[in-house]
Amino acid sequence: MADTELGKVDPETGLKPMVINLGPQHPSTHGVLRVRLALDGEQIRACEPVIGYLHTGIEKNYEDLTFNQGILLTDRMDYLSPITSNLGYVLAVEKLLGVEVPRRCQYIRVLFAELSRIASHLVWLGTSAMDMGAMSPFFYCLQQRELILDLIEAAAGTRMNPSYFRVGGLLNDLPPGFMERLQKFLDGFPAWLREYHRLLDRNPIWLDRLKGTGVITLDQALDYGWTGPALRASGTDRDLRKWNPYSSYEDFDFEVATAQDGDVYARYTVRLREMEESLKIIRQAIENLPEGEWHVDNWKIYPPNKADIGRNMEALIYHFKHFTEGMQVPVGETYAAVEGPKGEIGYYIVSDGSGKPYRVRVRGPSFYNVQALPLLVQDRMLADVVAAIGSIDIVLGEVDR
Amino acid sequence: MNEILEKLQETFGDRVSISQSLDQTVAHVAAGEIVSVVTFLKSQGFRMLIDLSAVDWLTREPRFDVVYVLYHLEHRQWLRLLVQVGGEEPQVPSIAHVFAAANWAERECYDMFGIRFRGHPDLQRILMPDDWQGHPLRKDYPLTGTDPLPPLVRE
Repeated sequence: MADTELGKVDPETGLKPMVINLGPQHPSTHGVLRVRLALDGEQIRACEPVIGYLHTGIEKNYEDLTFNQGILLTDRMDYLSPITSNLGYVLAVEKLLGVEVPRRCQYIRVLFAELSRIASHLVWLGTSAMDMGAMSPFFYCLQQRELILDLIEAAAGTRMNPSYFRVGGLLNDLPPGFMERLQKFLDGFPAWLREYHRLLDRNPIWLDRLKGTGVITLDQALDYGWTGPALRASGTDRDLRKWNPYSSYEDFDFEVATAQDGDVYARYTVRLREMEESLKIIRQAIENLPEGEWHVDNWKIYPPNKADIGRNMEALIYHFKHFTEGMQVPVGETYAAVEGPKGEIGYYIVSDGSGKPYRVRVRGPSFYNVQALPLLVQDRMLADVVAAIGSIDIVLGEVDR
Repeated sequence: MNEILEKLQETFGDRVSISQSLDQTVAHVAAGEIVSVVTFLKSQGFRMLIDLSAVDWLTREPRFDVVYVLYHLEHRQWLRLLVQVGGEEPQVPSIAHVFAAANWAERECYDMFGIRFRGHPDLQRILMPDDWQGHPLRKDYPLTGTDPLPPLVRE
């Protein structure tokens, strides 16, 4: 995080560029991102994102947590869509264990992953519109997001850090009355989606600020390891839900939203289309939701329920084992990835056969996406930096971990 | 996919050994060869560097595994490369000039494990403060600190 020399001295005038800090405490950096900018007037000559202000040592903390406790930390990385982070982690551990969860559980996981994708995109849309000076989308977006958080609360008990997915299953089955509430949300949301389009699609300020701003070509984006909607706005349809399906995504019929231009506006259109596709997936998940078990029936992997503990000695022992030394995961290493709202969330987990993971490496999409920021804003105006940061959709909890 | 792996094996002989770990392919690469292996794989269609990190095995010599995750856009598959490094000052050649994504990832790896990446354009700490002592993700680094907290305002 050293303050290196930024920008070159103009050889003719001998003048140094002016270096300013955008952030770390600045509402438009969407967290504690600090961007050092060398300015010539209002034009950007050099840009250097500086991270680390939200580093909480999550990967280090995994050394002292059992596999099930580790789920809690996944919530705290991408805090706008904790459910998808949960999913990547439990899939990696299940891969090491060699178990497959029942289909009902897989469908519920898909349902919640898509709900939280919408929630995350809504926060992105609201805040980026606010960055551009449009205040009303923020309220309309957050209001709808609130309904999704209510649904998550109904199932998991908490709004922001649900830890709803557990290794080998879920925390609970869907609560009674959940489907009616979900249906109510699904009935109301499409009208709001149209409203977002109506507010922004023909808004001249929105179009002027976004079109042609922050352009990245497909080659550059791949080179920087971009993933998710940001990459798909540059002309590829790389979506892990289609390309490397997990949690029975192969059963669902949906399209991958793409755009060609690679500018901020393209990323906007891709995310809005993705919300529509997510709605489609949720509707299919409701329609085809299988009956039956929602967790694996194996006490070594999924702890016995409370009623059994009271009646059955063996259940009590397994319960005790689970919450003291943790479940035993075979020796091995694996990489599992899911398509989060921001891109590929990957977990590289090494197990040494004990109750705690030997190493958990989290591949946060925001970490790789924000790295290309200097490319997006080179020689542009200062105000475009704000648009560019918003369009990458970063969450600093995930960048710094 | 198998063709590429065969080609890889042919080109690099015993400096690369390919194995399976669960459902994924892993290639162990000699530390000195990593740049040429990654360049070769990139030319074969592995267009994305998905992740770069390390694992500390503490009692093993060489002590560290540096882990590279690549992705092939046509075959739609991941490939993991493992490079073993050790010694007093562990060193690997940098691949930041092959994949731009490696720049920050290598900085993080240096910050967390103290592995130096030779030829990196700007190898300095990225998450921890510049004057931090030690490398937190090493297994001999304590989980909770014993030192007093650093002052809130630096002189």
